[in-house]
Amino acid sequence: MSKRTGSQILWECLVHEGVTTVFGYPGGAILPAYDAMLDYPIRHVLVRHEQGAAHMADGYARAGGGVGVAIATSGPGATNLVTGIATAMMDSSPLVCITGQVPTKLIGYDAFQETDIGGITLPITKHNYLVTRVNDIMPALKEAFHLAKSGRPGPVLVDITKDAQQASAEWEWDPRPVKLRGYRPDRPITSSDLAKATALIRASRRPVILAGQGVIQSGAMNELVAFAELVDAPVALTLLGLGGVPASHRLNLGMMGMHGEAWVNHAIQEADLLMAFGMRFDDRVTGNTKTYALHAKKLHVDIDPSEINKNVAADAAIVGDLRETLKDFLDVLEPADHGPWLAYIDSMKGDVAVRDIQNLPDSGHLYAAHVINDIWRITEGKAVVVTDVGQHQMWEAQYYHHETPRSLITSGGLGTMGFALPAAIGAKIARPNAEVWAIVGDGGFQMTQAELTTAAQEGVKVNVAIINNGYLGMVRQWQEFFYERRYAATPLRSPDFVKLADAHGLAGFRVDARPQVMDVVQQARATDSTVLIDFRVEQEDSVYPMVPAGADLHAMIRRPEPSVLAETGADPI
Amino acid sequence: MHHTLVALVEDKPGVLNRVASLFRRRAFNIESLTVGRTAEPGVSRMTIVIDSDQASAERVTAYLYKLVNVLQVEDLGATPAVARDLALVKVTVAGHDRAALLRVVDETRAHIVDTGEQTMTLEITGEPPHVDAVIGRLEPLGIIEMVRTGQVAMRRGDTALSAAQCS
Ligand SMILES: Cc1ncc(C[n+]2csc(CCOP(=O)(O)OP(=O)(O)O)c2C)c(N)n1
Ligand SMILES: [Mg+2]
Repeated sequence: MSKRTGSQILWECLVHEGVTTVFGYPGGAILPAYDAMLDYPIRHVLVRHEQGAAHMADGYARAGGGVGVAIATSGPGATNLVTGIATAMMDSSPLVCITGQVPTKLIGYDAFQETDIGGITLPITKHNYLVTRVNDIMPALKEAFHLAKSGRPGPVLVDITKDAQQASAEWEWDPRPVKLRGYRPDRPITSSDLAKATALIRASRRPVILAGQGVIQSGAMNELVAFAELVDAPVALTLLGLGGVPASHRLNLGMMGMHGEAWVNHAIQEADLLMAFGMRFDDRVTGNTKTYALHAKKLHVDIDPSEINKNVAADAAIVGDLRETLKDFLDVLEPADHGPWLAYIDSMKGDVAVRDIQNLPDSGHLYAAHVINDIWRITEGKAVVVTDVGQHQMWEAQYYHHETPRSLITSGGLGTMGFALPAAIGAKIARPNAEVWAIVGDGGFQMTQAELTTAAQEGVKVNVAIINNGYLGMVRQWQEFFYERRYAATPLRSPDFVKLADAHGLAGFRVDARPQVMDVVQQARATDSTVLIDFRVEQEDSVYPMVPAGADLHAMIRRPEPSVLAETGADPI
Repeated sequence: MHHTLVALVEDKPGVLNRVASLFRRRAFNIESLTVGRTAEPGVSRMTIVIDSDQASAERVTAYLYKLVNVLQVEDLGATPAVARDLALVKVTVAGHDRAALLRVVDETRAHIVDTGEQTMTLEITGEPPHVDAVIGRLEPLGIIEMVRTGQVAMRRGDTALSAAQCS
């Protein structure tokens, strides 16, 4: 036991939790904590807006597999975190957000910079705390880290009053594991659930595995590949599941859903068994649930019991850790052969007129898909790619082929524009040896471009590829398809991005023709600091195929023929 | 269809808000919600009546379990249960037959808990339909103020809902 202030206890706890980096922005109510921070071995990354702090912590967590920490002051500092917290909540990303709060005796009096951040974040956190006493700081933080990373991960907010930060107490680290009466994240897998599931698997002739982010979060890639090979079932991935099975694996079908390839969605619609592993049947992957996979039994494995029967009714379900479940399956199941079914799915690929976009004659137009596919080839598919939200995000999912978990980081559930740049900075800090690319639209980039300054100040190197189509492209596409091309508020003017990079002391390039891509991407990779590339792509290009929102999954708007944007089926790395 | 859910929750600041916020956010309509102490210190009991089908009641149960402060949830829809509601009703006695009112009191086991010059206040306790029925008979006599606690409920028989298993 020794005497510590609340602020010191805060940093002691973070150090004990293994935190080395926090992303934040100071202010009055968190000032005692900032003052104490200087005495602890913690790197503080000063962001330019607290939203950036939450996204950086999120990117840090998703890339590195640990917990990301964001810190902000009360009032506007705390409310600026909100978009980032909601983003992390929707994508089950483990964050601990620490906010300062006005002194306890002022709570409820509309004090300067008082805001009820606990109330505001109630529906967008896994749990949150208001700490008003120095002795409650350690328990709250220990619980916060435990909650953030266990079970279905998610963001936890700890709001600490200024007086609790300033008060002193006799303190020592309590090494005992956290126990929470009402929180039981690790449920045993029951043998009867297992038996029901394996019966469905054995009976299936046309199985499809639907793999989501749960594969990545439970570290189940190897088990999933082994399972898919054992039962000879193809794997369709959700956006957040990409990387959960190597893209080059023969059983990998690719992405499902709204912008999934036609054969993937057709395979789902014609399957007799869907094995949903760590995914939640989001409306972007099911389309109209009334016509969704009507011939298929559904086996749902998820760690969150509230996901079972939420969007799609399950014929069998297992609540528990996916990796453990797959191990159990591997122990009891025997090899199966679904050759005819796989051959049938393969035959469906033929009719999308797949052509090798790499070898097409240069039409003089620069297509986003080309740029992304080129980046994939040049980086040998080994980069960590962080995308923003919009058309470029979908093209990335289609044309960058991810081989490893945690190599695609994107805002799926909330679809938060402005995510890419700060999340890429966080990802690079979590994995300094990785090559990190932010692929971002001209619109989304401008939402958080201030974080370019953060990258410059911190000396963090990320490669930023702006897919500049002069539009809020995805919204423009919807206007083109569903609103008679009335482009309300989607044409977008941007600053000179090369000059913007220059203003930050960073390298900037402009690319407007296909032959320049290779050279500029290589120059970017060879540069030690953050690089901005302004790719001036075709302006009115659209993402295909597309299942309109709420439509039947098999009712896709297909690529116009002939298409310059399809790839060959066999596209090895 | 009415569903009665019973939740044992940790008695911590903000728990009622968390539960209520969950129903709002997931677009469930609460018909009544009561909170009170239990035999175990630190554990409160909520009785929540919602208008929903069986599948939605199951969903809401799963969502309730996601709240860290929620210890146990039971859907009494499937269990024989004792349910009680309490109403205080202030009825005017001016301008009509006092005897009519006393007859209702007599026949319905209502209690007179206060009498004023112009009014009489009754306490009605019982299964919610009983309380509804009594109120229905009082309405023509002139209700000028009313409050109901909302339903509390407990399973019948020897088994008990307890938070002891989550310690
Ligand atoms: C914060 C936020 N506001 C609005 C939207 C709606 N939205 C989705 S995609 C999109 C357009 C994105 O434009 P851009 O960043 O240029 O990317 P592009 O689609 O052109 O590739 C918009 C406005 C959103 N997802 N997030
Ligand atoms: Mg754009």
